[in-house]
Formats: sequence, C-alpha cells, structure tokens
Amino acid sequence: MNEAAFRKDGAWVGASVPRREDPRLLAGRGRFVDDITLPGMLHAQFVRSTEAHAEIRSVDLAEVRAVPGVVAAFDAADLDLRDITALLDRPAAEFVPTAMPVLARDRVRYVGEPVAIVVARDPYAAEDGLEAAVVEYAPLEPVVSDTAALAPGAPLVHAEAAANTLVDVSMFATEGIEETFAEAHTVVRVQTRTGRQNALPLETRGVVADWDDRDEQLRVQTCSQVPHQVRTVLARCVGLDEKRVRVTVPDMGGGFGQKCVVGREEIAAAAAALRLRRPVKWIEDRRDALTASFLAREQRYDVRAAFSADGEILGIDADVVCDMGAYSCYPFTAGIEPLMASAEMPSVYTVPAYRVRARAVTTNKAPTAPYRGVSRPQYVMVVERLFEKAARALGLDAVELRRRNLITTFPYTGVNAVTYDPGSYLESLDLCEATLREEGWFDRRAEPGRVVGIGFACFSERTGYGSGAFAQRRMAVVPGFDLSQITMDLDGTVAVTTGTLSHGQSHETTMAQIVADRLGLPYERVKIVQGDTDRITYGWGSFASRSITIGGSAVAAASVKLGERLREIAAHLLGTDLDSTALDGDGGVRAGDRRLSYAELADVAYLRSHLLPKGLDPGLSATASFDVDGDGTFSNATHGVVVELDPGTGGVRILRYVCVEDCGVAIHPQVVEGQARGGIAQGIAGALFEQVTYDEAGQPQAPSFMEYKVPTAAEIPDVRIEHLETPCAFTESGAKGAGEGGTIGAPAAVLNAVNDALRHTGTELDDTPIPRESIFRALEVGR
Amino acid sequence: MIQLIELTVNGERHDLAVEPRRTLVDVLRHDLGLTGTHVGCEHGICGACTVLVDGAPVRACLMFPAQVEGADIRTVESLAAPDGTLNDLQQCFSAHHGLQCGFCTPGFLMLAEGYLAEEPDATKEEIREVVASNLCRCTGYQTIVEAIDDCAVRRRAALQQQLDGSTA
Repeated sequence: MNEAAFRKDGAWVGASVPRREDPRLLAGRGRFVDDITLPGMLHAQFVRSTEAHAEIRSVDLAEVRAVPGVVAAFDAADLDLRDITALLDRPAAEFVPTAMPVLARDRVRYVGEPVAIVVARDPYAAEDGLEAAVVEYAPLEPVVSDTAALAPGAPLVHAEAAANTLVDVSMFATEGIEETFAEAHTVVRVQTRTGRQNALPLETRGVVADWDDRDEQLRVQTCSQVPHQVRTVLARCVGLDEKRVRVTVPDMGGGFGQKCVVGREEIAAAAAALRLRRPVKWIEDRRDALTASFLAREQRYDVRAAFSADGEILGIDADVVCDMGAYSCYPFTAGIEPLMASAEMPSVYTVPAYRVRARAVTTNKAPTAPYRGVSRPQYVMVVERLFEKAARALGLDAVELRRRNLITTFPYTGVNAVTYDPGSYLESLDLCEATLREEGWFDRRAEPGRVVGIGFACFSERTGYGSGAFAQRRMAVVPGFDLSQITMDLDGTVAVTTGTLSHGQSHETTMAQIVADRLGLPYERVKIVQGDTDRITYGWGSFASRSITIGGSAVAAASVKLGERLREIAAHLLGTDLDSTALDGDGGVRAGDRRLSYAELADVAYLRSHLLPKGLDPGLSATASFDVDGDGTFSNATHGVVVELDPGTGGVRILRYVCVEDCGVAIHPQVVEGQARGGIAQGIAGALFEQVTYDEAGQPQAPSFMEYKVPTAAEIPDVRIEHLETPCAFTESGAKGAGEGGTIGAPAAVLNAVNDALRHTGTELDDTPIPRESIFRALEVGR
Repeated sequence: MIQLIELTVNGERHDLAVEPRRTLVDVLRHDLGLTGTHVGCEHGICGACTVLVDGAPVRACLMFPAQVEGADIRTVESLAAPDGTLNDLQQCFSAHHGLQCGFCTPGFLMLAEGYLAEEPDATKEEIREVVASNLCRCTGYQTIVEAIDDCAVRRRAALQQQLDGSTA
C-alpha cells in the first residue's frame, strides 16, 4: 500500500491510515497476558465466598495443600497484606472511607469475594485445590438492594458506614429553586432504575508476576488501564519500595473501565509470587468475571424538571442513589458514579436552577468500577426522558422543545459551575433529525399496522478531565496531567512515551500520527511506548476519554520541543541563527537552501558531540507535560433511533440508527467511527439486554453468557455516522475525546424510541434494561 | 491419568501426552504454543476460541483433543504467509477496521474462513447471521460484517476473472 495515499493535505492527522496494531493482532501474534509463559510458572485461583454477607469463622486450607499439583495456599493471615483504601478529601458527612482487604479477613461482603489464593502447577490442579478448601461462615443478613440498604435498621455492610451510605453530597441548590418549582407552568418527573452491568472486556482480567533477583524487582505483567496505580498500591500492600515493583501491560483485550481500578486478585497473585519466589499467573475465568469482578451502572433516579408554558426549562431537582456494591474502588472510590451524575446532570441545556442530592450506598454485591460513560448514560437518559414528558405535557414537539433549550452560545458557564467550550449542540440535532426525515423514517412511523417509534438523545461529554476537574471532585489522588518523553535515535527515528494506555483504541497509530505531523516523519518511524512503569514517568493510564486530549497533547508538546532542539543544533552547525531554521516536514531541518537530515543531526548529537553548541547536552530527547487548564473540553452528539416493537413478543427491533457526532479534529476518522459504533453497541446492550441480578440471598443470578445476555450481530444494527467538527481550542491537535460518547447516547435514544412507539398505549417505560414483558403488556392493553 | 494424543495442526503433526480433561484450546495454546486462539468464556458462547476442524468452525473450549485425533485442525496462525503477509480476509479486516482490541478477532477470522469456504456466494445478510455466532465487545459488529462481505466479493471477482481467463 502506498503510504502517501493515506495522507490528507500532507498531514497524518485526519487520515485513516492502516493501524499499526493490526498485523500482529490479525496474525494471532499479539501478546495478551494469558499468552505469557515463564519458566517454572505456577497458576493461581481463588477460594471465593459462597455467602453474600457473613463472618468468617475459620479458613482451613490443609486439605487444599494436599491436593496433587497444588504448591501453596494462602489466606489473609498467611499473606498479611495491607488493605487497599481509596479516599476522597471530603468531610465525614459526605464520605466514609472503607478498606478493601486483598483477601477477606474476618468478614465477607459479596458472593465471589476472594478468601484465599491457591497456587498450583497447572490451572486444572488449582481448581481442584479450590474444592478442598473448608471455610466456615456465620451468615449475616445480606443487603441486596439500595432501598434495603437505606431502610431504617438495615444491617450494616461496613460498621463505620451508617445507613450503608459511603457518599452523600448535596450540591448547587440554586437560590429560589423551591419557588421556581412551585410557580412553574409544568413540572414533570422521572423515576427510574438502571440495571447493574458488567463492562465485559472479552479478555477477562489476569496477571503474571515474578520476583527477579537480578533486577531485584517484583515484575508484574497485568492487563490494567492504570499500571502506575497498580504499582503504587502493590508496593504499599506488600511493603516494597515503588522502584522494587515494575508493572508492564501487554496487549489488552478491552477494558472499558473495569480494568482502570486496582484489582485484589492482581495484588494477591503478585504477593504469592513474591512469597514463593516463583512466577505466578492468574487468569480470571468467565464465571468469576461475571459475578466477582467490578460491575457498574445500578442507579435509581427521582428527578423533576420545571418548564414554562412556552417550553423553557426552569430547573432540575434530582435525587440520585448509586448501588456501589461492597467496596470503594481504587483510586476513584464509591464516589465515581454519584459525583459524576451530580456534577454534570444539566447536560446540554440552559438550566437556570439546579439542586441535587447524590448518594453511594454499599450493598452485599460485587463492587463497582467506572464503566464507559460513568453515570452519563443514566443522567442523559433521565434528562432526555424529562424533555419527552414535558413535550407531551405542553403539547409541543420534543425535538422542537430541545431546540428551544439547547446551549448555543459558547463558552457557556452552567448552573453546575462548569464551563462548556464550543460545540455543535443545535447543529447535530438538526442534522440528525433531517437525516432520519430524508431517509423516510417519519413516514414509516405514521404507517398504520406497524408499531414504529423514533427517539432522540442530545448530549455532550466532558473529555480530558485535567487535574483541576478531578480536584473539584475532591479525589485524594488527583489524576489529570500526562507526561511524555521523546527520544530520537541515530537513524532519525523516534520513540515517544505516553502515560496513557491503549487497550483497543489504536494509540500506537493515532499518537504516532500526531508526532509524525509535528516532526515531519512518516508514522512508521514513530514508536509509541506505553504501559511500563520503568520506562514511563508516572502516568494515569487511559480512562474518561483522556488519552488523545491529554496524552496526545503531551506527545505533541514533546515533539515540538525535540524539533526546537534539532533546530538549535542545525543552526549552530550551519552557522546561522535559530530563527532562520525550520523543520522541513520531510525528516530534516532547513536554513535557506541548506538542509541537515535528522540522521545527520543525530550523528552529531550522539557520535560527534564535540561539535554540539556549548552548553547543550549530548543526545536527542525532550520531555513535556500537558494538563487541562479549566473545565476540559466537551465532545457532543445527537443520536436518532427508529425501533419497531413486536406485539407478539414485546421484542424491540432497531430499524435505523443515526449518530451525528462532534469530537473536534478527528485524528483518525475510521477509529473515531469505530469508537462510536462500539460504544453504541454497549449502550444498546444496557438499554435492552444486559443485567446482573441477585436473588434475595445475594446470590448472583447471571454467572454465564446464558443468563447475562450480550448482544450479537443479530441485535446490533448498522450505524450511520455523520461528523461535525468543532475543534478544541486548547488541545494541541484540536481533538476532543471520542471514547465514550456512543455508550452515553444510546440508552436514552432507544428508550425514547420505544416510548414513542408506545405513544398510543398510554404506557411510559423509564427503566433499563427495558423489560420485554412490559412492552408486551403495554401493547396488549393498548391494542 | 495421561493420554497419548496425535494432533495435526496447521499441517504439522504433534505427539502429546496430556490429561484427558485438558481442553483442545488449552492444548493448542499452552502445549503447542499457538496462542493466537483465545479463550473468552470457556462455555461455548463467545467464540473467541473458534478453530477449524476438517474445515468446519468449532469451539475449541468445548472439545477434547481425543475428539479431534486424525482431523485437520487449523488455527489463526495458518492464515498469514510464512513471511507475515496477511491473507485477503485479514487484510479486509484491517481495511474495514473490523478489529479494535483484537482479542475476539482470531475467532471471527476462523469462523469466516470456514463459512466462506462452505458458502462462497453468501450474501451480506447471511454473513451477518453467521457473525452473530461470536461475541465482540469493541466494534459493534458492522465492520466485521463489512470486512467478511468485502472479502467474499473479492474472492468471487477473482474466481470470475480466473474463469473468464480460462475461457478466453
């Protein structure tokens, strides 16, 4: 393939070049964690709690150790590790810190909680070992729902957390909001629950750890979105200096947030490797991944919105309860969902008054982690339902009602004290509606005899949370910046580090495109270095659509610095001043009609450093950092969905899906579309199919893919994507984040479409996943 | 208990001594070092472990080696040329961005290879139905369907060209 054919206007950014990741992944030559084998490697599995809530009376592993093939078995007392504790800088009334032990010590708080680690010569023997473990429990009454958790006199999941409440924040409370609601022409209300979901990377979690005597390091190869945070926690838990721990990340089969927190199992397996001085591998099986990993999304909303007679939104009053399960995750804490929902709920509308109370409650279910979108799929759904209900109440068209209230003047500082940078909120809605109209879907909707509905969702998504934004959340460890170091070698090729961590998002390609443009190098000559705590200065990994906005800006800044250094050397060698030199866009520095290639400059920098300008260090490298100054940048989109309901089964068929998105400058349009389509599939999954349920004893009811219904190509429609481009003013390439938007818009759009199809029935459905039997019944009654 | 097994994988014969309970996918990955085949669920739903047995796609997590003795087993490692050049199907996956993290990809590739060999005239809708056999969490499936369809179209065109050439 001709490389020039992929370049647009001579620039790499904006061109859908072949992905650098593809050849190895397509040939089966990637290296995922379970592909790693070390000499003498042992295999770990975990004895897990069979009780949702119980005191541990005793753990007897004697029989386990006698099982053929088992090498060792450790419980909490044997390993004696420090707990994992995630903190917020908030007063006790707002946040209760709780510790998550690596292995359960005296109490278990969910079915599947790790109690002991069994290490064996092969994974089959490790599983044999599990069956020989004898754990005596004294069962306690389990708390299996947020309402049960908040009920007076409820048993406590953590003794220190009264009313089972880990986070309780009340914010904004605009003055006069009571009067606003009392005097409003129309007040509408949405009460909804959203189902507990699993982010479900197809590669389950896993780790290979070994102690290396030569490096005097505990080497941990783990599939994590946040390797430095794993290092920090592991070093503390086992009592090693951070320099004695090296965390590297091989190819990763997705993460979607589930892997952006520190897992207990990866710490326990590494601790076992340290104790045994032998490599230990742990690969989570699917049953454990479905029942005992990190979950997300189970929330309850009770929200009112006030409108004037002519459809102007006057206020939002919200109560949010998030069922965060048994523990706070590191580093985000149980505040991740309620703090996101409360900070950003006013969404894309000019809401003048806002009040919110948001709580995180703890229950006897597997704990939660961020999952792609974090609360935004839910609050967008709630706000978009409010607009649909208000439109019905006011007798207005719901799209028109949105138009009247969308933010159209930027920058806009909202009632939530967040400043929104320019976007195409109105334009994306107009284009989305026009597209569905031109395709004839509004005519199809009006045809008799078919139950067809059209739904929309408008939203924006803050991407590139800088340290300021996270500090506003009052996290005790504040993510935000990214650091990048670029080094040019003798032949003029470069290696660039990033603190972000690609796990499907194509950063080896897109970051290389950014560098290629800055230095005038083909992207094949740029190597991206990620996921290695020894080679990369403290990084925050990949989450919250931060990688291209923040990490991409850092690699761009480092490239520019290296370019300056190259010009400085060239100016000296050519006997001219710096201002007379320029990068020539083709791997060299020019001054007038004279030129030095990067290889020639590198030759001097490394092999003939006596020729360098006085005072300039030998070598060719530069370091730069980037952080977001202010509130970040907002991508935006409108999703439009056409559904048809089956009166015979209550099933939902998606006939058409249109996404009009704006993520600023798209580094690689094909990758952006891939992120949107994949996100939309996950959003549809939450709207229609997936749910983790528990029985009244707290036993998980979806331990396999027979019960946890992941949609396939038969359920997920093709998506038409239209791009708008409102460049970000402060990222180095004008890009905004693109990782989560699809997931955010889909549940709202699908739910609105289903309700539109039910418009003749008098039934409105607000919960997700939308129960098929509710649709069936509504159509039966409304027939 | 140990079983002696003879497997033919990607044209190469292997003699193995394995526990009878060991699954085919574990033998391929960990005894033969063919780690391109992935394990996604170990209960036959996700299809990440799909390999070809005598040309037909099977879930290697649901098979024991003893069941496939004497059969011709093909894994994703057989697709690219020895010098690393990707085959037409792999190239179509790359061109259509039919993979992101790449974990499910070997399963989809082998599923498609088996299916297109059997049904070279498959329509895009028929391809979509077959793609629904496996799970992907990244792509939303559209580009996987498009990649396989594109490959089928190209193979048909190439065959037609060959036929035209032989009659000319």
